[in-house]
Amino acid sequence: MAYAESPEHPAGLWRNPDPRRTYDVVIVGAGGHGLATAYYLARNHGITNVAVLERGWLAGGNMARNTAIIRSNYLWDESAALYDHALRLWEGLSEELDYDILFSQRGVLNLAHSLQDVRDSVRRVEANRLQGVDAEWLTPEQVKEFCPVVNVSQDARYPVLGATLQRRAGIAKHDHVAWAYARAADALGVDLIQNCEVTGITVRGDRVTGVETSRGPIAAGRVALAAAGHSSLLAGMAGLRLPIQSHPLQALVSELLEPVHPCVVMSNAVHVYVSQAHKGELVLGAGVDQYNSYGQRGGFHVIRQQMAAALELFPAFARARVLRTWGGVVDVSPDASPIVGLTPVDGLYLNCGWGTGGFKATPGAGWVYAHTIAHDRPHPLNEPYTLERFTTGALIDEHGAAAVAH
Amino acid sequence: MQLIPCPWCGDRDEVEFHYGGQAHLVHPADPDALSDEEWAGYLFLRDNPKGWFEERWSHAAGCRRWFTVVRHTVTHEVRGSHRPGERVAVSAS
Repeated sequence: MAYAESPEHPAGLWRNPDPRRTYDVVIVGAGGHGLATAYYLARNHGITNVAVLERGWLAGGNMARNTAIIRSNYLWDESAALYDHALRLWEGLSEELDYDILFSQRGVLNLAHSLQDVRDSVRRVEANRLQGVDAEWLTPEQVKEFCPVVNVSQDARYPVLGATLQRRAGIAKHDHVAWAYARAADALGVDLIQNCEVTGITVRGDRVTGVETSRGPIAAGRVALAAAGHSSLLAGMAGLRLPIQSHPLQALVSELLEPVHPCVVMSNAVHVYVSQAHKGELVLGAGVDQYNSYGQRGGFHVIRQQMAAALELFPAFARARVLRTWGGVVDVSPDASPIVGLTPVDGLYLNCGWGTGGFKATPGAGWVYAHTIAHDRPHPLNEPYTLERFTTGALIDEHGAAAVAH
Repeated sequence: MQLIPCPWCGDRDEVEFHYGGQAHLVHPADPDALSDEEWAGYLFLRDNPKGWFEERWSHAAGCRRWFTVVRHTVTHEVRGSHRPGERVAVSAS
């Protein structure tokens, strides 16, 4: 397993301009999705009179709080198409943005612990193959061979009965992803404006005309929301009520260790997901806390469950020390799939509801969202992800492949 | 870790409880009369405030009864709880 050296960071990756009074497009939220959207608006559609507004600092929200896992092995065709589009973009992103994002296709194992898990997993492997997404089914022995540190003893409380493997899946360095997109968008003329909180969305008739911010009003022909966690509050400023609930999602890292964990391991049943960061920390993700919260922290009992699950699978981690824990606030939709598209307000666009899966989608989400904004209609890949699906009933029920119970 | 005030059992650790989301949702009186939009609203649209929230909790590992809690979604402070049909006694914030 190769651990790449982190590249040196240039002194200045982007300008820090004051907001102008008017833009063609204002994107709310300078996280991964907002930055990728701005970049593809400029690169794919030639729209460069764009501001990305961020109330805090660039990529300081969920982009700084995720577990950096990238995969595309979802169940439904709509999801596999969208996430695999993202994965194909990930595969060329360091070259495209001329910045090493440390994308490491080390493979993701999704473990099965019951007969039903096995059946669901094999079904997903077959579905993925039909969708053109790489997927394999591994026996417990093959799991052990691929990831020797996993406990595959059949005496475990929840024994490993096998796993799906997506070899093209892996991890990337989330900070580098944000900085790479930010630098590239900035170079194409996009204004990245930090410490600029959106306090209102102005609507005339049925059409958006701009935003109110902590740094004054900004007029815009189009306003695109990309503020995971807080989408309900923002949409509410335009009079929209969303089928979204905000929940804390926690993760933690261990102290730095020698390379011991060669891939990503996820388990829905015992509920933990583990990888080893480039630097050497074990990165452990948990489930969402059950209650609504914007607190960017969760309950300690969730961490306790997560660590118990990790020790069941990785007894060797018993002596690893926790370095830090953190929580993000995720937008959870009723069908565990995102909402990306138009709204009842002309010129106002919505990108939310990614729940726990937003990071892996970053390039693909930016790509289709930019298309949606530029053409005022969805890209074919986000056509199914409408707000209207909760009325028509055309849900994309991905709870089973979302990897986190919510 | 939050202490949830069960109106019957008193303050208990949140691990004993099941969360039920927004309180005071009323099942449609005449379901056949609802439009698709109204059904979508009833099934899927919930308040998601950043602040005080009246929400349902069930004491799943205790008395197994449902009740309403007034809780702040940023600080996680709990202002009070009440049984179904009662109004909550709260101090002014």
